[in-house]
Amino acid sequence: MDLNYSPEELGFRDEVRSWLAANLPSELKDRGYLPKQDLMRWHRILAKQGWVAPAWPKEWGGTGWNVVQRYIFEEELGYAGAPPIIPFGVTMCAAVLLKFGSEAQKKRFLPRIYNGDDFWCQGYSEPGSGSDLASLKTKAIRNGEHYVVSGQKIWTTLAHYADWIFCLVRTDPTVEKRQEGISFLLIDMKTPGITVRPLILMDGGHSVNEVFLDDVKVPVENLVHQENQGWTVAKYLLGHERMNTGRIGESKRELQKLKQAFPEKLKGLRWRDRLTRVEVELMALEITNLRFLDRMRRTGQPPGADVSMLKIKGTEIQQALTELAMQAADPAAQETQALERRYLDMRKTTIYAGSNEIQRNIIAKMTLGL
Amino acid sequence: MNFDYNEEQQLLADSVRRYLQKDYDFEARKKILATPAGWSERVWATFAEMGLTGLPLSPDYGGFGGGAVDLMSVMEAFGEALVVEPYLPTLLASLVISKSGDEKQKQSILPLVAEGKIRLALAMGERGVIGAPMADKVVLVRGKEAVIGKPTILKSYRTVDGLAAADIRLEKAEPLDGSAIEQVLDFGAALSCAEAVGAMKFACDTTLEYLKTRKQFGVPIGAFQALQHRMVDMFIAQEQARSMACLACSKVDSSENAADRARAVSAAKIKIADSARHISQESVQLHGGMGMSEELKVSHTFRRLTVLLRRFGDVDHHLARFASL
Repeated sequence: MDLNYSPEELGFRDEVRSWLAANLPSELKDRGYLPKQDLMRWHRILAKQGWVAPAWPKEWGGTGWNVVQRYIFEEELGYAGAPPIIPFGVTMCAAVLLKFGSEAQKKRFLPRIYNGDDFWCQGYSEPGSGSDLASLKTKAIRNGEHYVVSGQKIWTTLAHYADWIFCLVRTDPTVEKRQEGISFLLIDMKTPGITVRPLILMDGGHSVNEVFLDDVKVPVENLVHQENQGWTVAKYLLGHERMNTGRIGESKRELQKLKQAFPEKLKGLRWRDRLTRVEVELMALEITNLRFLDRMRRTGQPPGADVSMLKIKGTEIQQALTELAMQAADPAAQETQALERRYLDMRKTTIYAGSNEIQRNIIAKMTLGL
Repeated sequence: MNFDYNEEQQLLADSVRRYLQKDYDFEARKKILATPAGWSERVWATFAEMGLTGLPLSPDYGGFGGGAVDLMSVMEAFGEALVVEPYLPTLLASLVISKSGDEKQKQSILPLVAEGKIRLALAMGERGVIGAPMADKVVLVRGKEAVIGKPTILKSYRTVDGLAAADIRLEKAEPLDGSAIEQVLDFGAALSCAEAVGAMKFACDTTLEYLKTRKQFGVPIGAFQALQHRMVDMFIAQEQARSMACLACSKVDSSENAADRARAVSAAKIKIADSARHISQESVQLHGGMGMSEELKVSHTFRRLTVLLRRFGDVDHHLARFASL
């Protein structure tokens, strides 16, 4: 056991770090909501370097890095204050296509995702189907060479930027087991019948939307995997999603900014001790994350259900940091508003991608056998 | 970066665990505690046979030159089994001697430690010295200095978690160079973290088992979500604590600068103190009245964790030290 990075790993980290120092435009750093062109600008810079989709197989543009290198890369991006790589295309849709997609689907969509030609969003939640996702009602009825899709999706992140949406839809409402009547469809956002309506959240920002689908015609070739097998796809994707929710690099940066911004507060023991406890939680999360990666590297197995703890702890830490920042700042000062908005915004993290309560259910059932 | 135990470490971990499962179960431990001395010479002799007593010492004195990572799994197993023999006190005092003693002191003491013939204790003052009643010699730390001598026992008693302790006086003590004290204490703190992780593992495992078997309202109580989520939080706290114990032990072995080492150890102590408190309290709560009972091992694990989380500096001490580095 040696928890220090090897010389090779340190060399890799330095390479990523110095590349970021030279190539991350300063106007893209540390921004909250970015307009689409800024997100895509960063996406294309990474794509040009060959680093936009490290986890993909090499033949499709992956880097061939091992899990630890990928972790270092992601952490360095976060730590440098780089814009996020929007996960819906590169991480999520691509993971699904690589595992379940036909050759034609892979050829059609993967290069466009890689190059940033298509912006993707995720059509999962519905007004009546949040944590109980399998109760979803958006229906897709086969009619010749098309599905006709009607229903409503909600909390659809960046749907207002999206060219495509991947959706869970109900193709068989008659089966007793609800999970067995669901399919996974890729839908072009320009198709007639799709309306996107903004949902403004309490921080005043626009990142999520309602998506209305009204008799939307979707070619059957856009079905991924088999009809009524969409739940298998969704479950596979969940595991992928949870492995990347710790946001450790980003939290490290926030922590460092906090210490620099409030040196006076650090002299007071109460705030200092609260901050230290969060810092220690973050150290523990980092090591725990590395232990999971080490296990994956050794066994070659995908992550188990226990990776849900990374999502739980990572989001709790993100929230705690915004709270500490707000507590340190003058409540009446105008500059404080940015911190307050971030505090408001970060409340979403323990709700999205499977609420932390659902993550606890998953660990209780799958890992602990309760 | 790797989290593997090497083959030797794995073999040692397996054999220690096997031995404790066979000969140091809860009933066997109870018998040891019921003896006047409160520890077992036979168990100590077995530790020596397994090479544990000399593990961190140089081969020149009959040891194996092991580090904190080598000892981690041993301490974890000791934590699970709630071992009462004065292993860590002996180990730490012998490390002070091996780093700071003169050749005569080393020659006269360390081989006997490795062979299991004598025991030592490390005292931070003359009151409340764990392991002193059975120690042939005590290393007493006085600020930056240390002395070694045979202790006079003024008052002997047991700690709340069943360890033999004493108030002592050291007469005719010889001086020792104290420069390695902080390093040895960090080593001890890291190992106490590993011990706590073992105890927390038992507390979590046994509570989970209880949730699956205890029935109320016609169902196992683990069917209730309110309890499931609390169990999950215990499990997460245990995993986070284990990560920090790995970090502390690894840094104790590998850090070239003292601040780096101290930072990792203090962070681990903070996390493990918080986790130990959380897990021990929840393990008793989820057991209901049975958790309070002397009959159940979990109440003894509670006591061990309660003491462990304050040893080698409590959480306030380490919060202050971490912030100062």
